[in-house]
Amino acid sequence: MSAVADTHAQDHHHGPASGISRWLLTTNHKDIGTMYLIFSFTMFLLGGTMAMVIRAELFQPGLQIVQPEFFNQMTTMHGLIMVFGAVMPAFVGLANWMIPLMIGAPDMALPRMNNWSFWLLPCAFLILVSTLFMEGGAPNFGWTFYAPLSTTYGPPSTTFFIFAIHIMGVSSIMGAINVIATVLNMRAPGMTLMKMPMFVWTWLITAFLLIAVMPVLAGVVTMMLMDINFGTSFFNAAGGGDPVLFQHVFWFFGHPEVYIMILPAFGAISHIIPAFSRKRLFGYASMVYAVGAIALLSFLVWAHHMFTVGVPVAGQLFFMYATLLIAVPTGVKVFNWVATMFRGSLTFEAPMLFAIAFVILFSIGGFSGLMLAIAPADFQYHDTYFVVAHFHYVLVPGAIFGIFASAYFWLPKWTGYMYDETLAKTHFWLSFIGMNLAFFPMHFLGLAGMPRRIPDYALQFADFNMVSSVGAFMFGSTQLLFLLIVVKCARGGEKAPANPWDGAEGLEWEIPSPAPYHTFSTPPEVK
Amino acid sequence: MAEQPAHKPAPPRSNARVIRWCLAGVVGMFAFGFALVPLYDVFCDITGINGKTSGRYESTEASTVDMNRTVKVQFLAQNGPDMPWVFRPVLRSVEVHPGEATTVNFYAENPTDRDMVGQAVPSLSPSEGTLYFHKTECFCFNQQPLAAGQNTKMPLVFIVDQDLPSHITKLTLSYTLYDQGEPQVALANTTIIDNG
Repeated sequence: MSAVADTHAQDHHHGPASGISRWLLTTNHKDIGTMYLIFSFTMFLLGGTMAMVIRAELFQPGLQIVQPEFFNQMTTMHGLIMVFGAVMPAFVGLANWMIPLMIGAPDMALPRMNNWSFWLLPCAFLILVSTLFMEGGAPNFGWTFYAPLSTTYGPPSTTFFIFAIHIMGVSSIMGAINVIATVLNMRAPGMTLMKMPMFVWTWLITAFLLIAVMPVLAGVVTMMLMDINFGTSFFNAAGGGDPVLFQHVFWFFGHPEVYIMILPAFGAISHIIPAFSRKRLFGYASMVYAVGAIALLSFLVWAHHMFTVGVPVAGQLFFMYATLLIAVPTGVKVFNWVATMFRGSLTFEAPMLFAIAFVILFSIGGFSGLMLAIAPADFQYHDTYFVVAHFHYVLVPGAIFGIFASAYFWLPKWTGYMYDETLAKTHFWLSFIGMNLAFFPMHFLGLAGMPRRIPDYALQFADFNMVSSVGAFMFGSTQLLFLLIVVKCARGGEKAPANPWDGAEGLEWEIPSPAPYHTFSTPPEVK
Repeated sequence: MAEQPAHKPAPPRSNARVIRWCLAGVVGMFAFGFALVPLYDVFCDITGINGKTSGRYESTEASTVDMNRTVKVQFLAQNGPDMPWVFRPVLRSVEVHPGEATTVNFYAENPTDRDMVGQAVPSLSPSEGTLYFHKTECFCFNQQPLAAGQNTKMPLVFIVDQDLPSHITKLTLSYTLYDQGEPQVALANTTIIDNG
């Protein structure tokens, strides 16, 4: 089925245009996927640099490197850039590259819109990053931009921040529409929904989540815009508004958003673990239903972020139990991954190492999430470093390790060369150790009462903070090694066969490596 | 999740149709985000959570006073940001019987040399008691203009409902007074009155 597609394509189409116009005007899903991934990694390094500033300041108690105002800008920009600039575009990039290859489609359904949705992103982040150089500085109210901190007390650059959010929201929504149209309309004949690869399934559900919540985010920042510039009082108690309303609307977006950042990783891991276990994925159907259940539940739990603002007891109980319920489908997934590995003939190449670390460390993040979900206990943990530890454990070894695992898994398909396995394993181990050193002590700091978003701290927190900073520097600098590995792999090395992995299955492995510029011009037949 | 029966191929769908549905979803959710604003107020009003006391209470029947029970009602007054007025309750607290109408006064003084308008926003704690706290007359129903150097006593008439759950023995009513600017400007921007 693979040979059909490509020889055919070469007769009618030429390869990519040359020069800069190839990248500006391209409608090719592989080019756009590559641009998304490069953009995401650039943002990852930028957001990472800000994290290094934060950790350098926290290396010792007292103020040594930056002023508190700038520290607040760093925590805010680090969060915004990592969420909207690094993690989300990385998954859209993977979707662009892999979904057409996995479902046997020649391209995304809406290629011109695809180009536009990518090029909006650099514009949005240019605006966002430029706020750092504006009078009054960048946004300094945390990535959750709670009103009235962001409206009444925000810096003048807040309006630019709002426009940046609008633009990246439009980009995400267009990306999501593209994924839905591609998955619903362009599957190869015979590929029913329940035969779709898990990555495609998780992305389809993620796309629906994006369509449901990105407009709500756009709505809440629009209300902020009106409060700041047009004298409305959505969040201003003096004019009859309510700041707590902001938190409700924000977290109605915010909680599904955290699943947007993890579900595609679930999908990718569901390909990688079977490939290196040389077994089929255990419980495919239950995996699909589990992802659906997580997505639905994600709309019913938002107030667990705001137990301390004064939610009535009945509300606390509802949101607590609804949140705890999410552990069930998540547990189904974790047990299915473990069952896939059980009695498999495992090998531990870099993608598998990242995937196994994903399963273990994401579970730790899940467990601390359960602790935070317990309403009476949350009053102790709220806004402490325990929360920081929790969400970094689900986002770093969750989303980011998922992206690294995917990158190593599919790099041979993208570049046509094998990456350097020794360097990749070094990258894994340094990342693994650095990440745990950086974030594990934060659990203890939080339980001992260290508040988050603070540039200085009491002396008893000094040792753990120093360990954490050392780990963060280690994790941060290690990512330059990843850049080196990818560049090296793109430039040459051992030739990759069509399917470099023993146990990998799927249409993407049936076309040659590197994937030709045009693939599946004639759809393959799926049995 | 829309699921296809395994034996039937999916019906052909046009991209335009998918885009239409998705855009309808996007527009709908954007509107939903804004609809949350009135929904939130209605929800808080019905359930009484969030300590938002409702507007003017019209008693429908002659209420009987429950002389066997007393409830302590405490009053707090505070100023919003940059509000220079002196603002305090005349009495810190009163003991009332459920069903009886009680009048208390709040003292306000404008110590500045310009005419100003204030707006008090109430909040009741515990919020569980909100539904059982009725105001028949309250200065918070209207904006309060005060000329430079003037002071005034602002009345509040309230009734604690007989149906107040028995475990609640104390209610705390807190007012925050906000600066609404110069008198003319403030009248043009009056938005809060019916909100109570």
